[in-house]
Amino acid sequence: MIEFKLPSLGADMDEGTLLEWLVKAGDEVRRGQVVAIVDTSKTAVDVEIWQAGRVHQLIVHPGEKVPVGTVLATLLEPGETAPPAPPVAAPKPAKAETRRRISPAARREAETLGVDISLLTGSGPDAAVTLEDVRRAAAATAPTQTPAQTPTPMPKADRTTEMRKAIAAAMSRSKREIPHYYLSETIPLREASAWLAEQNARRPVTTRLLMAVLQLKAVALATRKFPEMNGFWQDGAFVPAPAAHLGVAIALRQGGLLAPAIHDVADKILDQLMSDLTDLVKRVRAGTLRSSEMSDPTLTVTNLGDQGVDAVFGVIYPPQVALVGFGRVLERPWVETGELRAVPTVVASLAADHRVSDGHRGAQFLAEIRELLQHPEQL
Amino acid sequence: MPAYEESSHVNTQQISAAVIATLKSIAPEVEADELIADRPLRSQVDLDSMDWLNFLIGLHSALAVDIPEADYAKLVTLNDLVAYLELRCAV
Repeated sequence: MIEFKLPSLGADMDEGTLLEWLVKAGDEVRRGQVVAIVDTSKTAVDVEIWQAGRVHQLIVHPGEKVPVGTVLATLLEPGETAPPAPPVAAPKPAKAETRRRISPAARREAETLGVDISLLTGSGPDAAVTLEDVRRAAAATAPTQTPAQTPTPMPKADRTTEMRKAIAAAMSRSKREIPHYYLSETIPLREASAWLAEQNARRPVTTRLLMAVLQLKAVALATRKFPEMNGFWQDGAFVPAPAAHLGVAIALRQGGLLAPAIHDVADKILDQLMSDLTDLVKRVRAGTLRSSEMSDPTLTVTNLGDQGVDAVFGVIYPPQVALVGFGRVLERPWVETGELRAVPTVVASLAADHRVSDGHRGAQFLAEIRELLQHPEQL
Repeated sequence: MPAYEESSHVNTQQISAAVIATLKSIAPEVEADELIADRPLRSQVDLDSMDWLNFLIGLHSALAVDIPEADYAKLVTLNDLVAYLELRCAV
């Protein structure tokens, strides 16, 4: 019998609320399949299962909030037969369930207004249920009810508040436990900018690249020589990660941020990384992240250049051991072989865990990133 | 009050409507009547590079105009954008 437990979807998650099962008793599941949607304090997450089998019993029901590690369901291994005592509850009649696309804001509003989202027709992209759909439905079904009279359960705490709490917990833990050191280096981007402009001039708008993608690839490649920047601090020791799954800090429009992973960044070509990044940003904003993206970033990269800051010195996301930050790409005065020029540059920074690495290695790591960015055509 | 010359293909209203609709698909919180047409758009709407690129991809599919990267710098305000698109659509 396989026990399918609620995974930790990040250092700031202690519990989660099961929103929806995407499987029912008797269903065959394959490795990597999304089987449930779980609401963390930050966002709704598609939870994958990592063992194949047949669903035996769904133990936790939609709406229940349970701690990380709770058994959500049991599954039979391939070839295993059900134990003699069958589940007491008869399985719900199977109906063809299609996944409802709904924004987190709309889901929250539906809970507040007591609207059953399964009855709504979505008007958004891919028939996604939008905030307006929810409000329209609420107005249509309960024209005379005031919010105070609506018989809803305990009003759900505002997600913004919950997200602030989660960020507060993770960042306080980081500052309490991790002895950070900080380094920065100004990296000339003349070659990278020229290469990018030349590439993008030849590409239609749908396949253009962003400088952020070159930066991600350079960081991932640099971890090959500096494995002590890529991995986790676990049980008093550093455990290097076998691949660079870079967490990408993505700000949410309603406030707060998430840093889900792009997997195997060092092994991917730039076009693939660009489409991965585009997809990830879309899904962060639509609230359709997968559990593997939330749980396993090995090193986070943050880019605040678009906000116009010169540099960002990050707070490491535990149990990771480093964070690389990039500021604004801008033409700055640059002296080379005695000549003053205006050259596009970026300030790269490193916040790293002093229990794992020292400033000397950290400086070499930044120098490696700089070197890699001088040869954009090789990224 | 037509701020731009009439084009024979797509008119200013249609272009403005497409621009606003595309913008709202990227930044749903945008209220069209709160945008100031002659002030920089990206700071009013908080569009980062990725949002901007998705915005241009959206305009590309709405109006069949592929805006080259070299022209980004000309497209600061909503007025700039509409005028630019009008020219491009008229070609």
